[in-house]
Amino acid sequence: MLNLPNWAYLGFFFVIPLISVLALSVSRGNPEIGYSYTWPLHWGEFSDAIRTYHVQLVRSFWYGIASTVFTLAIAYPVAYWIAFYGGRNKSTYLFLVLLPFFVSYIIRTLAWQFILSDQGIVLGHLKDWGLLSQNFHILSTSWAVIWGLTYNSIPFYVLPLYVAIERIDRRVVRAANDLYANTTWTFLKVILPLSVTGIFAGFLLTFVTNVGDYVNQQVLGGTGTYMIGSVIQDSFFTNQDYPMASALSSILMLLLLVCIWLYARTFGSEAIQDYA
Amino acid sequence: MSEQSDHETPRELAGLEVDPALFRGLTGRRTSRRGFMQAGAGAAGALGLSSILAACGVAGTKANSKKAASFDWEAWWKKQKPTKQLIFANWPYYIDTSNNGKDHPSLDMFTKATGINVSYKEVIQNNAPFYAQIAPVLQAGQATGYDIIVITNGWQLTQLLENAWIVPVWMEKVPNFQKYASASVKDPTYNPQSKYGLVWQSGFTGIGYNPKLTGREITSVNDLWDPKFKGHIGMMSDNTELGSIGLLKLGINPPTSNQSDWNKARDILNQQKPLVRQYYDQSYIDALQNGDIWISQAWSGDIYQANLKGYKDLKFVIPDQGVMYWHDNMLIPLHATNPLSALSWMNFYYTPKIAGIVADWVNYITPVPGAQQYVADVIKDSAVANSPLVFPTQADYAKAHDYYTFKNYNDFSNWNNTFNPIIQS
Repeated sequence: MLNLPNWAYLGFFFVIPLISVLALSVSRGNPEIGYSYTWPLHWGEFSDAIRTYHVQLVRSFWYGIASTVFTLAIAYPVAYWIAFYGGRNKSTYLFLVLLPFFVSYIIRTLAWQFILSDQGIVLGHLKDWGLLSQNFHILSTSWAVIWGLTYNSIPFYVLPLYVAIERIDRRVVRAANDLYANTTWTFLKVILPLSVTGIFAGFLLTFVTNVGDYVNQQVLGGTGTYMIGSVIQDSFFTNQDYPMASALSSILMLLLLVCIWLYARTFGSEAIQDYA
Repeated sequence: MSEQSDHETPRELAGLEVDPALFRGLTGRRTSRRGFMQAGAGAAGALGLSSILAACGVAGTKANSKKAASFDWEAWWKKQKPTKQLIFANWPYYIDTSNNGKDHPSLDMFTKATGINVSYKEVIQNNAPFYAQIAPVLQAGQATGYDIIVITNGWQLTQLLENAWIVPVWMEKVPNFQKYASASVKDPTYNPQSKYGLVWQSGFTGIGYNPKLTGREITSVNDLWDPKFKGHIGMMSDNTELGSIGLLKLGINPPTSNQSDWNKARDILNQQKPLVRQYYDQSYIDALQNGDIWISQAWSGDIYQANLKGYKDLKFVIPDQGVMYWHDNMLIPLHATNPLSALSWMNFYYTPKIAGIVADWVNYITPVPGAQQYVADVIKDSAVANSPLVFPTQADYAKAHDYYTFKNYNDFSNWNNTFNPIIQS
């Protein structure tokens, strides 16, 4: 019974909105004539949504996976270094990682639009030195979007990884060294498996938010980079097509749950329970 | 440690022996955690389901327009009492400012002339989110808190009119409108006879380009389809702008177009797609300034302001096939608390002096042609007064086209379904 506030909170902020979204996606109508329900429930909206937007769905998951992998590749060395070699200044380094987040999300993304512009400070010089062709551009490509997603996810991955790596008992590492393991073996056999909980936590934060992102594509992307997050936003705000927007949101949620479940299965379900 | 052998529980030590089974039964939970979770989820689900069934269906807004058709607005206006307040919601950078953005000279002059205090709020960033903000309030029959809102012609404005959420303007109190307004804003297709609102500022959507990068002058909409500019063409992500320029290229006048015209426009826009670098919202101007794109659909005021900022290379051109002419309109929402103050401001604005002061700052197209004389002679700003971007010539107006006005939601939905796939795929 002490859990009642938890259940009330969960019910009010999670279950009821979830049911409302699902309910709206089976309703039919438009803002003029109102929305109503038919019996049997109209599931056609879901098949419509997948038929019209499957390209954007697949693309968003591809961007999500790519950006998560890149973020992991960048965040792991950073977290490892801070945990093992940070010494007394660990909190300072973590603060530095978090520092860009004091600036708003959209401005951070716009900054990359400035840095990566065709004749900007990075590409301009490379082009002047003849290392790149004049027509080369990073902005308005999918790689720019993936980089934007990666950049904005780095702190979300560094922090859980840092926590996980920090928790590793240093004596275990020393024991590995005593047993004739060199640095690579120690890392692969001891440190990496013990940090899996951090990888999973970071994955949840990064993958889920990146798949549904709608800002990076608008600022850094070009044609053929439209993501499902933008589609949902358009459906809701501009088109006022609430059943379609709800159906897309429900599908996205379901697919993300499937992905997380698959991930947990592959890397051992004890990882979730251990972290929980 | 003590000399106790093995593990003797404190209970055994004290000599109190309890049957373990009884002990478990007395202290175990009544329900297991799992059972509780299931019950909780079931209860919450039932709660949600009942909330749907209880509110089975949501009423539409069409009913409102039927009610409003017979409302006597003349009598309503006569009953209104003058007030000393005006709450004005507008887009950012859309009025003259001084003192680092803290003061607005035109509003101050209005306060001095009429005694009405103006609360100016730059809360409108885009039509759709703002409409989404005020629609539920108006649907519930409550006041939005604004006396004047500025909405661009488009679906949201049509919806506001359709739902009868806008108070018609009482023309008797706004004589300056008939006297000073330009002929092009007196009777717009989306708001016949300017019954429901008056134009605040207008603009052209034409072509912006950098002649140094394109290598030649641009004169036609077809130049946006030129393969030589491949990868350096920008188009707008607003599907009304995108669709309209497609229609213009085919020589179709958008207000009289139909679905088959839209399909033809969609086809040529799809042909253009491999050449387009990106479908931009307002950030095309940054890309033009950076040189990422050489040619783009553009708004007249943006190019003018870019020139002021130092990007003097950028030019705006009205193509041969025509230019799209959009208007931002001052509307009085239903249940506004100070409607007479709103009319007072509209009347005050539609004079060469005030319109000129605002035009000198905003650099979009003002609805008062007389302002040009004022800007040239009194403010002595010849750059603005002579600019065809702020004061277009008659020849420019001859090429201006209005947008297609949607008749109802299905119409709007058809337009979206035609043009969205170009931007979204």
